[in-house]
Amino acid sequence: MDFLTEFPSLGKRDLRDLKKTIDGSFREWSRTYGDAIEAFFDPLYFFLVWLEKLLIAAPWPIILILVASFAYLGSRSWKLALGSVISFMLIGYFGMWKDMMATISLISVATLICIAVGIPIGILMSRYDRVQSAITPILDLMQTIPIFVYLLPVVMLLGIGRVPGLIAVCVYALPPIIRLTNLGIRLVDKEILEAADAFGSSYRQKLFEVQLPLALPNIFAGVNQTIMMALAMVVIASMIGVKGLGMPVLQAVQNQYLTLGLMNGLAIVALAIIFDRVSQRYGQRLQAHRFGKEHE
Amino acid sequence: MDRDFKLIGLVRNMSEAKLKIKNLFKIFGNKGRSFISSVEKGMSKQELLDKHGHVLGLNNINLDISEQRIQVIMGLSGSGKSTLIRHINRLIEPTSGEIYVDNENVLKMSQSELREFRRKKTSMVFQKFALLPHKTVAQNVAYGLTIQGVSEGEAKERSHKWIDSVGLAGFEERFPAQLSGGMQQRVGLARALATDAPILLMDEAFSALDPLIRTDMQNILLELQKELHKTIVFITHDLDEALRIGDNIAILRDGKVIQKGDPQNIIMNPADDYISDFIKDINRSKVIEIRSIMQKGTTKGSSLKSSCSLEDALKTLNSEKDKQCNVVNEEGKKIGKVTLDAAINALLRDKSTKSLEKYK
Ligand SMILES: Nc1ncnc2c1ncn2[C@@H]1O[C@H](COP(=O)(O)OP(=O)(O)O)[C@@H](O)[C@H]1O
Ligand SMILES: [Mg+2]
Repeated sequence: MDFLTEFPSLGKRDLRDLKKTIDGSFREWSRTYGDAIEAFFDPLYFFLVWLEKLLIAAPWPIILILVASFAYLGSRSWKLALGSVISFMLIGYFGMWKDMMATISLISVATLICIAVGIPIGILMSRYDRVQSAITPILDLMQTIPIFVYLLPVVMLLGIGRVPGLIAVCVYALPPIIRLTNLGIRLVDKEILEAADAFGSSYRQKLFEVQLPLALPNIFAGVNQTIMMALAMVVIASMIGVKGLGMPVLQAVQNQYLTLGLMNGLAIVALAIIFDRVSQRYGQRLQAHRFGKEHE
Repeated sequence: MDRDFKLIGLVRNMSEAKLKIKNLFKIFGNKGRSFISSVEKGMSKQELLDKHGHVLGLNNINLDISEQRIQVIMGLSGSGKSTLIRHINRLIEPTSGEIYVDNENVLKMSQSELREFRRKKTSMVFQKFALLPHKTVAQNVAYGLTIQGVSEGEAKERSHKWIDSVGLAGFEERFPAQLSGGMQQRVGLARALATDAPILLMDEAFSALDPLIRTDMQNILLELQKELHKTIVFITHDLDEALRIGDNIAILRDGKVIQKGDPQNIIMNPADDYISDFIKDINRSKVIEIRSIMQKGTTKGSSLKSSCSLEDALKTLNSEKDKQCNVVNEEGKKIGKVTLDAAINALLRDKSTKSLEKYK
């Protein structure tokens, strides 16, 4: 009877030994290579710190002007530009300016990394079916595996701080841009590709003159999702020592500071809305030609 | 020695076609090659599909396309027209066969040679236009040139005249989506002409257009061809269009050429029921030229040009006392005569089943 109610499992001791061996060897490995890996990420660290310092040191009126022009250039909407500036002023007024700058620098760097890594991978996937079938399950894994599970090895390797936080954010935010780059390129009209071939395009010419421009709206939807997912990771990233708006939220949860949590949470939401609207409007403008509108 | 070479050159110019397709087979499916011999022995398209799951695209095509003429390829949907035209610039790889352009085997070209060939020798116009939606009219027309690495300024300069010649002046900065279908295809045509390639491939280029606009486009093409003398492969499923445009016609069915040659000959002597069926609705009095019913000898009466249509000839013929006229060529030289009886007979052909019985 015991046999049926108790699932046959490895003995407790065997299990403990197994875990010990794996933990031990990973620890060993991270001890040997940890420094090298950390050194590899050093440039990233310096860039991140530099950007954060720059944003914090910059006079706030300049930042506001930048925000307004970024929002306007992206969306061509005065309302959105004005709304962004007001949100920033409110966030600053309630004492969250520095944290906001730290978060923005993290998001920007994470997004840049995701674009730099994700678009080439997406291009490769669209070109070779084999690469696509190899990478798709990895992307599925990245999106379904509980965040804490991969947070752990990252922390063991790199310790606590900005860089491991950044890596965690990137792992989480990378899949959409890869997927949508791949999808966007694959969705390009066959007859147009045929035309490109018929006029003697090389692969490169086809990629840059036809596939990427026509996939751009999709790629941009990927960038938009990547930004949103990076923002969603801000609180979790703060658990491994990333400064910014996430940190106070974490404190608030631990100490039941309702107002602190709400204020910082709302600030994150405000940033998310601004980034989302501006990048979506920009994405829409990218495909204006499809509907026969005048280009601006 | 020198003289011999010249002679060979002459002979070649006279007898060799610009474009030669030899024993071309295309069987879609990953084991296409292994079915060629069965197809050669007569396995039908349907049988190949039912028994082996392979699609017979082209079945032993042999076609010589003359320089500076318009070769029309006609057939119902699914007969293999698009497949055939895409073999000429190797957008589709054949299962077996040979394709020569200016006596160079297209199928032997390396990837880079093929690119060069596509840039310089051929250009293509597509059924659904296939314009680049993110580029302006001017940029689209200059596309082939930019692919060749021509500088932006020069490409603009050179494409300008083609934009003019298809009647799109003033629309240079528009985007394709802002244009009507007819205008989009003008862009497609200008884009193809801008590279100065001697061979123009047109896959149902006008089929997506309204009848009136289609006629417009045909006129533009014929007008341009008078000056440009390109070698044009023009695909259509529309017989009126084929007769209007084609110097030569090849008719495809299930991937096989079932009749080819002078359009007049196809109308007067359709090779089988399929083709009789194809031509049964045409307006014979407008389409048939008197050269098709010309007889030996001369007569006293007036003269008609050999390319004169029956419709135009009937009145003159009827007004002659002996109901006969001379036929003269372009230079005005008498080359034969034509009688009213023959003209009326040619008109009636479609109603009788004579021609059908003859070829059954
Ligand atoms: N890539 C392909 N794979 C399988 N069958 C194809 C493919 N392309 C065309 N065919 C088949 O080949 C035949 C000829 O097609 P196509 O050349 O497009 O005809 P058309 O242009 O005359 O309408 C059709 O039966 C079509 O289904
Ligand atoms: Mg077709």
